Amino acid sequence: MRKNIKLILVVPLIVVATGCASLGVEPWERDLLARDEMSLNSTPIDSSLDDHIYFSKEASSGGKGFGGGGCGCN
Amino acid sequence: MKHKNINTNIKAALTLATAALLGTSNVSQAETDSNSGVEENTWEFDSAFLFYSEADRVSAGEAIFNAKKTFVGDEVLNLKLTIDALTGASANGAVAQPTVQTFTRPSGNGQYTVTAGDTPLDDTFQDTRVQLNAQWTQAIAPNYTANGGVHISKEYDYLSLGVNGNLAFDFDRKNSTISAGFSYFQDTFTPEGGLPQALSSMLIGDSNSATWDDDFANTRIGADDTKTTTEVLLGFTQVINRRMITQFNYSYATVDGYLTDPFKVISVVDGVSGLTQDNIYESRPDSRVKQSLYAQALYHFDSTVLDVSYRYMWDDWKIDSHTIDTRFRIPLGDAFGTQSYLQPHFRFYQQSAAEFYQPFLIDGAALPTYASADYRIGEMSTFTVGLKYGLLVNNGHDLSFRLEYYRQAPTDAGFEAPGALKELDLYPTIDAIIAQVTYSF
Repeated sequence: MRKNIKLILVVPLIVVATGCASLGVEPWERDLLARDEMSLNSTPIDSSLDDHIYFSKEASSGGKGFGGGGCGCN
Repeated sequence: MKHKNINTNIKAALTLATAALLGTSNVSQAETDSNSGVEENTWEFDSAFLFYSEADRVSAGEAIFNAKKTFVGDEVLNLKLTIDALTGASANGAVAQPTVQTFTRPSGNGQYTVTAGDTPLDDTFQDTRVQLNAQWTQAIAPNYTANGGVHISKEYDYLSLGVNGNLAFDFDRKNSTISAGFSYFQDTFTPEGGLPQALSSMLIGDSNSATWDDDFANTRIGADDTKTTTEVLLGFTQVINRRMITQFNYSYATVDGYLTDPFKVISVVDGVSGLTQDNIYESRPDSRVKQSLYAQALYHFDSTVLDVSYRYMWDDWKIDSHTIDTRFRIPLGDAFGTQSYLQPHFRFYQQSAAEFYQPFLIDGAALPTYASADYRIGEMSTFTVGLKYGLLVNNGHDLSFRLEYYRQAPTDAGFEAPGALKELDLYPTIDAIIAQVTYSF
């Protein structure tokens, strides 16, 4: 099960990495990508508050960014 | 117009204060630009207040104040102050019983009782935390961006110090980015009442008796302990097309030191009747290796934006977890406030239990080296549903409101409950409300 899940995640990564040539946009095509809401972390304040809640209540943390220590809540 | 002046004044005052704290002298520049939005060499401020409340358990308030300055050369300084206060009751790990139960407070000062049939909660949970983060980001060569930061967090009984660094390389017309980051945290835990001896019995009795303090001290192994967290994070970001961007991360973290929760116990119950014979302090390994894979995609439809992410995490405690998080931003135009939007949020999380998790131990059986009944490392699924509403006010300042419902549902991973435990709820669900207001200026 775990191997399969890793495969599911790793295969598209390789496909994406090797298929770079046909992906992407020219600089003048970044109108939508340049918007705040298209940023990968468009609401860092929300993310930081959420990370604190879920770090305290669940056994997992991080992934998107560092999930390290920081509080005695878990 | 009056509002504008007030806001200008607030921003100017904050800029002045921040500049004074940092010993920089760009105040006049910032003042003149204070209403012109995101421009170089100005400060941007975000403030947020979050209220978190579990039914019958913990309530917390958390305030964040973030100041960000972008310099002429695109260097970015980010300073963040977080203050939170927490109060209420937290599960102590013991199972519910058909009779009243008595527990000693973690400090050793007094006892509390739990009603028959109720999940034992320690109601002395209370803490205030102050956290400071500083992060510096700058280009170090064409296509190379570096950033580094420091972290300090202090609670009454906990101190966390951290550093982090990250290097990113852009290529293929900046459509692709690879990054490598490193973080290190050193935490010191000094719980009131000291650290209990793992697997020793919780002392129950008359806390006013002459021998109590000595007897309680005999269950302790020291006043404080530390843990370190070292993490490496590798990332790959790829623009797919004009509407879509993706990110993939891999993280490897090792945590070493005191990983036990000194406030948690585990019930030792009779194998036939299910009645508690003893409550012993939990015991966890002194190291944990966690890894995770994270994938995120954002897609811009004609006007809406879909943000979907998935995380798979696994560790050497045999916990693995799946997290799906999605947000969908729906612009409402100017009908419900300037450039207003609604953003529904849905998150689903599911974890398996740590190999040493047990909801209770059976009296007379050999004691395991490690045992914890903390539901947070047991089998569990949680979900969050929420809605955010945002709009622009006062010359383009963002104001948003977020309301969410969070449910934690621990599940039975196949432990056979003896006797009385069959009739009791060993895996109670926990419902919480999250409310947040954010204002950026």
